Amino acid sequence: MNRLTRVFNTLFGWLADLGRSALFLGRIIASLPALLAKPRLVIEQIYSVGVLSLLIVVVAGIFVGMVLALSGYRALADFGAENALGTSVALVVVRELGPVVTGLLFAGRAGSALAAEIGLMKATDQLSGMEMMAVDPVRRIVAPRFLAGVIAMPLLTCIFCVMAIGAGGGYFVGVDMLGVDAGAYWNGIQSSVEFNRDILNVFIKSGVFGAIITWVAVFQGYHAPPTSEGVSRATTNTVVIASLAILAANLMLTAVMFSG
Amino acid sequence: MTDSTATTSTTDNLVEVRDLHFRLGSRVIYQGVDIDIARGRITAIMGPSGTGKTTLLRLISGQWRADSGSVHFDGQSVTGMSQKTLFEQRKRMGMLFQSGALLTDLSVFDNVAFPIREHTKLPERLIRDIVLMKLEAVGLRGARDLAPAQLSGGMARRVALARAIALDPEMIMYDEPFAGQDPISMGVLLRLIRRLNDVLGLTSIVVSHDVKETLGIADYVYVISDGHVIDHGDPEHIRHSDSAWVQQFITASPDGPVPFHYADTPYAEDLLGGDRT
Ligand SMILES: Nc1ncnc2c1ncn2[C@@H]1O[C@H](COP(=O)(O)OP(=O)(O)OP(=O)(O)O)[C@@H](O)[C@H]1O
Ligand SMILES: [Mg+2]
Repeated sequence: MNRLTRVFNTLFGWLADLGRSALFLGRIIASLPALLAKPRLVIEQIYSVGVLSLLIVVVAGIFVGMVLALSGYRALADFGAENALGTSVALVVVRELGPVVTGLLFAGRAGSALAAEIGLMKATDQLSGMEMMAVDPVRRIVAPRFLAGVIAMPLLTCIFCVMAIGAGGGYFVGVDMLGVDAGAYWNGIQSSVEFNRDILNVFIKSGVFGAIITWVAVFQGYHAPPTSEGVSRATTNTVVIASLAILAANLMLTAVMFSG
Repeated sequence: MTDSTATTSTTDNLVEVRDLHFRLGSRVIYQGVDIDIARGRITAIMGPSGTGKTTLLRLISGQWRADSGSVHFDGQSVTGMSQKTLFEQRKRMGMLFQSGALLTDLSVFDNVAFPIREHTKLPERLIRDIVLMKLEAVGLRGARDLAPAQLSGGMARRVALARAIALDPEMIMYDEPFAGQDPISMGVLLRLIRRLNDVLGLTSIVVSHDVKETLGIADYVYVISDGHVIDHGDPEHIRHSDSAWVQQFITASPDGPVPFHYADTPYAEDLLGGDRT
């Protein structure tokens, strides 16, 4: 009986959090139009999350591309189909790994930093101070960071994909090291990756992931208990929840996008 | 200080708190207090640490809502205000937070400029002049390029004061302005609070437990404890209060009705080991 109540309480707590975060998202979205008047706020944030994540995205892209080319080559060579290496690397990167891996890195780097930043601002009365100056912190602090995440994620994902497929990653291993024909490598990519089906979907997916990650991060930070323990919990929660949410969303989006 | 005749007419009060009840979680902070903040004067709120002085300022400025009772600012109920009107009213209030609450990613200059940039469309040249004027008033014009992390606690508080007066509010709430100030900046601060109040015709609320400074500067004093107003009146009245509680508080004596110790069995009994077998 006792255990049952506890399970219900936990479940109820989750539902309440879900409801509150949905309301919070509503507040954020409602204050987005006001940002048109102050684009500088958003650009500053895109720059700052970009700087945070750019290097790890580049490095991760190169490693992932290399490993895909290595394992792909081995499998394809058995059938004498090395020339399809470009196709194989490009499709895996563009359809699945690009948005997901970039999202996970973004959650770990920019998402956690964002939750900590906002949580600390709350713990040090900066948010209350802003409210006392008749400035809405959701409009001034949260909304620009949310929008910046939605814009930065697709850009970072593109960089990841280019790194994985291009000269640093897949191309380097496949063409320079394993001797796949360069023309065939590019040709395979060109003929298999379609703009509507693949490139557009990458943008949609990574934009959605960016929204999910920053939504989780700003909610966790904004509602963290104003103590050092509360802030550190918020950062951990952000990484865990955002990562799982991305993987779940990826499953759903892939099912919808590539079902037809 | 002019000798303004104390009247009870409602129009003379910028803030009126009536029968305020408030609890945080399970802790009862206020159980029925009435407080008037008279226009153009310095009203002090005194009381021991943790009684809810900061909470009172949050209730007056509408950051938190009272459970019951009313809070009126300039005749309008703060309790029932929409966010939009609340924000309009807040442009007329400045608040000096206990912690300073400076924005850590902006310099001292930009912190003071922040409310001006948010609420006006003044040209940068003019903003610069205003900011330097406000910083000069708190004696920190030379610190304009420092980051908040490079300031001491007392300096941060003074920058926060410069920011609080940036938009020339009608009322300023000071939360523990004297804590962490050396004797010189304390003197400057006392004179500044007085001058802002008298020259600009501001209304001031000073929250503090520094008895000497507060009684020296205030026109009217409320002493609160345990969710009630214990006594109120001008500083002379408080100094000669016949409440034993107030006497103990202002003379800082350890013996009196205010318990310094957490409730427990009598000391002697405990030492003699009442329940030792
Ligand atoms: N956010 C909060 N949640 C729950 N309880 C709180 C919160 N803030 C303050 N309290 C509690 O409310 C009581 C009053 O707090 P408040 O900060 O108003 O005291 P204070 O009179 O300003 O004290 P001090 O002189 O030390 O600043 C305290 O006992 C504190 O534990
Ligand atoms: Mg306080």
